[in-house]
Amino acid sequence: MNDPTPKSAQPSIGYLPQGFEIERNIAARRLQGTLWRNLFVSSLLIGILALLVLIGTIVNDAFGYVALANKVDPANLASQPLKELSKEELVAILQANISQGLFRRLENDQPFTERSQENVLELVYERVVQQQVIESYDLWESLTQREAIEQELTSQNPKAKLEFRSWLNWGFLSRSMASKAEFSGVRNALLGSLWMIAITVVVAFPLGVGAALYLEEYSSGSRISRMIETNINNLAGVPSIIYGMLGLAIFVRALGFFTSGSFLGLSDSNGRTIISAALTMALLILPLIIINAREAIRAVPLSLRQASYGLGATKWQTIWHHVLPQALPGILTGTILGISRAMGETAPLIVVGAATYIVTDPSSIFSKFTALPIQIYYWASQPQEEFRRVAAAAIIVLLIALLSLNTVAIVLRNRFRRSL
Amino acid sequence: MVNTKDVTMDQARLEARELARTASAQAIDFRRRPRLGETIIQALLFICAAISILTTVGIVYVLVRDALLFFKLEEVTLWKFFTETMWAPQIGAVGILPLLSATLITSLIAMLVALPLGLGAAIYLSEYASQRVRGLLKPILEILAGVPTVVYGYFALTFMTPVLQALFGRDTVQVYNMASAGLVMGIMILPLVASMSEDALAAVPSQLREGAYGLGATRFETAVRVVLPAALSGILAAFIVAMSRAVGETMIVALAAGAGPALTFNPFQAAETMTGHIARITSGDISYGSIQYDSVFAIGLALFVMTLILNIISGSIVRRFREVYD
Repeated sequence: MNDPTPKSAQPSIGYLPQGFEIERNIAARRLQGTLWRNLFVSSLLIGILALLVLIGTIVNDAFGYVALANKVDPANLASQPLKELSKEELVAILQANISQGLFRRLENDQPFTERSQENVLELVYERVVQQQVIESYDLWESLTQREAIEQELTSQNPKAKLEFRSWLNWGFLSRSMASKAEFSGVRNALLGSLWMIAITVVVAFPLGVGAALYLEEYSSGSRISRMIETNINNLAGVPSIIYGMLGLAIFVRALGFFTSGSFLGLSDSNGRTIISAALTMALLILPLIIINAREAIRAVPLSLRQASYGLGATKWQTIWHHVLPQALPGILTGTILGISRAMGETAPLIVVGAATYIVTDPSSIFSKFTALPIQIYYWASQPQEEFRRVAAAAIIVLLIALLSLNTVAIVLRNRFRRSL
Repeated sequence: MVNTKDVTMDQARLEARELARTASAQAIDFRRRPRLGETIIQALLFICAAISILTTVGIVYVLVRDALLFFKLEEVTLWKFFTETMWAPQIGAVGILPLLSATLITSLIAMLVALPLGLGAAIYLSEYASQRVRGLLKPILEILAGVPTVVYGYFALTFMTPVLQALFGRDTVQVYNMASAGLVMGIMILPLVASMSEDALAAVPSQLREGAYGLGATRFETAVRVVLPAALSGILAAFIVAMSRAVGETMIVALAAGAGPALTFNPFQAAETMTGHIARITSGDISYGSIQYDSVFAIGLALFVMTLILNIISGSIVRRFREVYD
């Protein structure tokens, strides 16, 4: 550190500034203080700036103009605009222009008699017209260079149509994975995440609260309690990918007979299923839940327990009727923090073997699955620009889910603080 | 005579005691009775707590077992593992150095970003900011801490790398490079350093600050010469925890640092870290028992030991060097 203070600022030297020197000394020290204060502030501002840039990058990628071109001109299919056609006419167009096998597969997915006109129209666009995104622009380009984009497009692709597109739209939420970015969606990834989180909570919550109760109420301060405590603190620092390896070796490989559902006669998958991933996640968030639950339990006043004992309640009656209800908001806050950790965690899922390309919805805990962060990882690692936009849209979905979870946690925490 | 009298006295006393005992037994027995339900519940809760021990045992067992399979192979020796400069287990090159150096370089870059910025932010929040400003700014850092790492990976790839390429030229900066991953990792760790350091600074009693002000110190002098040294153990612990987090971080490096082990010290080049390698190898349909499968567990063991040592050091720093003020 370059110390601009004169020697006299150090009292051990035993020299005191005299007269005019005092003012110079003070001025120098004040200047030094202001300089460093600005440095401290700016380091905090850099952090905030990083957050803003991060959000900006995501939004910038998720919205913007796209240039659409049709492989088949809709005018060749029907004399009227496609939108005005009835469902039957659209089905006829579809049948005439796609292969029999594909038509039957679509019929199998959902009979055409049950589909809506909009749905069939979408199919016609996807399968027959084959509207494709040939170029996409980010939000900044779209807003500032609209004319340049239009000119470039008319000179290179006169038939293409420019359209402002939010990559995050209803279709994106309701569609499944596809090989083309513009037809991809997060439906099965979202469902996979929800299935996994549900099981993770069902496993981790009772285990975590039970462990916290044992440590706080039954063996507080004993040697075994201290040992478990150290152990939990160390577990909280283990990298998440190591948990993934534990899951791979134990849940996927060693217990594959159970986690694949073979013991129930379901054998369409190996052990790389929702249940394996959920159990791995449960182990991962367990330390977090235990640490938070212990704090909440410790905050319950001792007088409450003593009053309960005084009335003749047993230990468990005291815990169940008095300690747990009091500690519940704190415990729930910790659990929600654990859930949001599990929701965004990617590395263990990769190792446990979430599928990156899968088009079916998960149907049971023994299904193969994909999850939101896995999809983001897969899309972000693709070289095409369109996939980057889809990744940004998926990130917005994930961040909104996390934000709402955290809001619930904050509300709970505030209620908890007020009641004490 | 005296003796017989004593005997009768004793007998009387005994009888009285016996009487009293039976009487009280008939009324209420105050002794603790074993309750089966309570015992079962306690046992169940103990099992819950023991799961955490089982997890640790499971991790160590799994890593050591499969790593041992790897080290038992003829072409693998511990010496080669730590000294060879190439990692390609299929063809017998088993030196962990390329992966280790990439891990250390990305972590080092992350530390260079996170430590000064995190500490600066912590000093500002704890020593300068008013209650209101702190209440406004801390949640923002918490949001930064809550962003999933895969999002940071996307950020590194789509923002940081183009920025670095624009600054230093496309020829020097590769598409996948350690600098981009390290810088973004630093941003990711910044809130951790800031909040742990702030906790340490806030724990310093206010009498110390008041004493310094009383002697005429400026706010800066108080913060840096009085409060900071008093909180040093907590801040050191924060740094080491941050290092351990950086070493174990996976998604940012998997997305942005490159795929393929390479021994290079140029941060603008691509090199795969230990975690990135584990993620890439296990993401495919890897066959159990192959040399690649076992080698990944050897890397995992090395990673686990590294982070464990860092965590233990940080824990012991807090315990040993904590300044206690009454």
